[in-house]
Amino acid sequence: MAEEVLKLNNIVKYFPVFERGIITRKKVGDVHAVDGISLGIQKGETLGLVGESGCGKTTAGKVILDLIPKDSGEVLFEGKEVHTTLTNGSKEEARYLRRNMQMVFQNPYGSLDPRMTVFDIIAEAFTVHKHVPETEWTDRVYSLLRLVGLEEYHAERYPHEFSGGQRQRISIARSLATDPKFIIADEPVSSLDVSVRAQILALLQTLQKNESISFLYISHDLSSVRQISQHVAVMYLGKIMEYAPADIIFARPLNPYTIALLSAVPVPDPERKTARLILPGDVPSPINPPSGCRFNPRCPYATQLCKDSEPSLREIEPGHLVACHYAENFLKK
Amino acid sequence: MPSTLDLESDRLPQTILEVEDLKSYFYTEAGVVKAVDGVSFTVNKGEPLGLVGESGSGKTVTALSVLRIVPHPGRVVSGKITFHDEDLLAKTEKEMRRVRGKQIGYVSQDPNSSLDPLFTVESQLTEVVMAHEKLSNEVASERVLKLLQLVKIPEPEARLKAYPHELSGGMRQRIAIARALAAEPDLLIADEPTTNLDVTIQAQVLELLKDLERELEMALILITHDMGIVAEMAQKVVVLYAGRVAEVSHVKEIFSAPKHPYTAALLQAVPRIDKKRELVPIPGSIPNLITPPSGCRYHPRCGYMIDKCVSIEPTLERVGEGREVSCHRWRELSLGESS
Repeated sequence: MAEEVLKLNNIVKYFPVFERGIITRKKVGDVHAVDGISLGIQKGETLGLVGESGCGKTTAGKVILDLIPKDSGEVLFEGKEVHTTLTNGSKEEARYLRRNMQMVFQNPYGSLDPRMTVFDIIAEAFTVHKHVPETEWTDRVYSLLRLVGLEEYHAERYPHEFSGGQRQRISIARSLATDPKFIIADEPVSSLDVSVRAQILALLQTLQKNESISFLYISHDLSSVRQISQHVAVMYLGKIMEYAPADIIFARPLNPYTIALLSAVPVPDPERKTARLILPGDVPSPINPPSGCRFNPRCPYATQLCKDSEPSLREIEPGHLVACHYAENFLKK
Repeated sequence: MPSTLDLESDRLPQTILEVEDLKSYFYTEAGVVKAVDGVSFTVNKGEPLGLVGESGSGKTVTALSVLRIVPHPGRVVSGKITFHDEDLLAKTEKEMRRVRGKQIGYVSQDPNSSLDPLFTVESQLTEVVMAHEKLSNEVASERVLKLLQLVKIPEPEARLKAYPHELSGGMRQRIAIARALAAEPDLLIADEPTTNLDVTIQAQVLELLKDLERELEMALILITHDMGIVAEMAQKVVVLYAGRVAEVSHVKEIFSAPKHPYTAALLQAVPRIDKKRELVPIPGSIPNLITPPSGCRYHPRCGYMIDKCVSIEPTLERVGEGREVSCHRWRELSLGESS
């Protein structure tokens, strides 16, 4: 059994919603952004976290890095609880966590300081973590730039001089500057052009191979998730609906939501005319999620059982976890 | 009119729009941006056209040029746009107003900015209905309700009084489509209509557009960067690159046997949901259109570049039934997808 770098145990994060009065604020409910998710990421593997907007995937990412506090549950990085270590642990321990858990954000226009040169952006990590002696800074920055496919002379330039794809490369170089063991990539290619997207995906694939870094790849784009993930978790309204190795989930989805999600993606092949499962309605509000299975109002197979009781995430076949009362039925088909 | 589903039937395609050598430039302080630089294509009824390209390829500006609403500092510089045998570029602004909305409908990418947040769904739709026809209030409100049913809005009566912010993104895009269809146009231009939507909602909206195109027998131009959507929706495809047409083809051939290296590269660079394979990224990025590359605009990124490509700009050549390619080397290259 491979070593787990990251483990999530029953993470919960609600955002309170207030009704705004002139003086008073009355709490009217909670956005159930992340509602009890448990996941593990093994060393060197990439877990793809997919879902539609508002399903809680970005919140999950932020909770893992303790960028926002969680309500309950545990995030274990190499066996240590992240929030506890950052608040109560020693300075060294906290620094160790920060160094090893990095993030690449969706928008490379907003995540790079426009007043810093690329060199400063990348070398900032060295000033904080002091893991590279000052004499080697230049060499390290240059080698990081080469690693992400940029040139040495780019180091003296400012972010506005780069295209979106190049900026995302700089973001990746920055996240690599601390030699992390784990990187969260939150929609890293969504804001990029089609032809440039492949460049960044290819870069991430090279890093997977050569640097043995674990990734949490958060995306709504199922095609890119298939391309780079070893495992896939599908989220819907704060819950994990299905979790399996990538090849299995794409070949044999067992949750009706996953089935619908996969069939909704247009395939670039005009000869292929498969029957599509089109879901009615929109994603319900996460403030008062539906009772029972959260997918039941849109699910074509929903029964009374689905309205009454919430399905747990069960192992239907080895390594394939599904939260659906009727998952076995889809297995037979 | 034969069914649009019936591809094999012999029928004369009815050309509804013809764009010839269209040039639209933006006169900025940094220089002249040649956003659309010699684009030609035709749109036939019952043959949904996919206009494909990355950002900056000129697909939106082409659409705006057809409607003559290119924003300042841009303008249509030259070319010919024939719609229903009339030259749109020769029309006066007053005449043009009767074309927009009435004959050519437009759905933009972002329903948040195309719908007015201060007016209800009903008043925004009534405005369009009344703008093109003198109708009594009763007839107009009946028409509005029918429009909402047409775009399959659930509980249409209840939605009439809703403001855009009370609706979900998918619902808003349906309203925007309803508004574009209000005056029963002969041609609908949908500019990335699903880019801001989630996949399951995107599937709903694409299905709706497909149904409408069939039911209303209108011509459709669908602008997109997603090859999956093209495969699903279009019958004819125009691939744009840096303001020029790279390739025109029937949808089946463009996927099975692309003739332009850019088209082939684009197909190899997109991850696919149905199979995992080696991605082949296109090196470099989209060129600056103030000083576009000499010769063929794709040459700095092309794997098949020869000296000729740097110096001489290829013209759009007819290479087969409904197929046009702008590449010096189309004869010698075989670019079918390997994987």
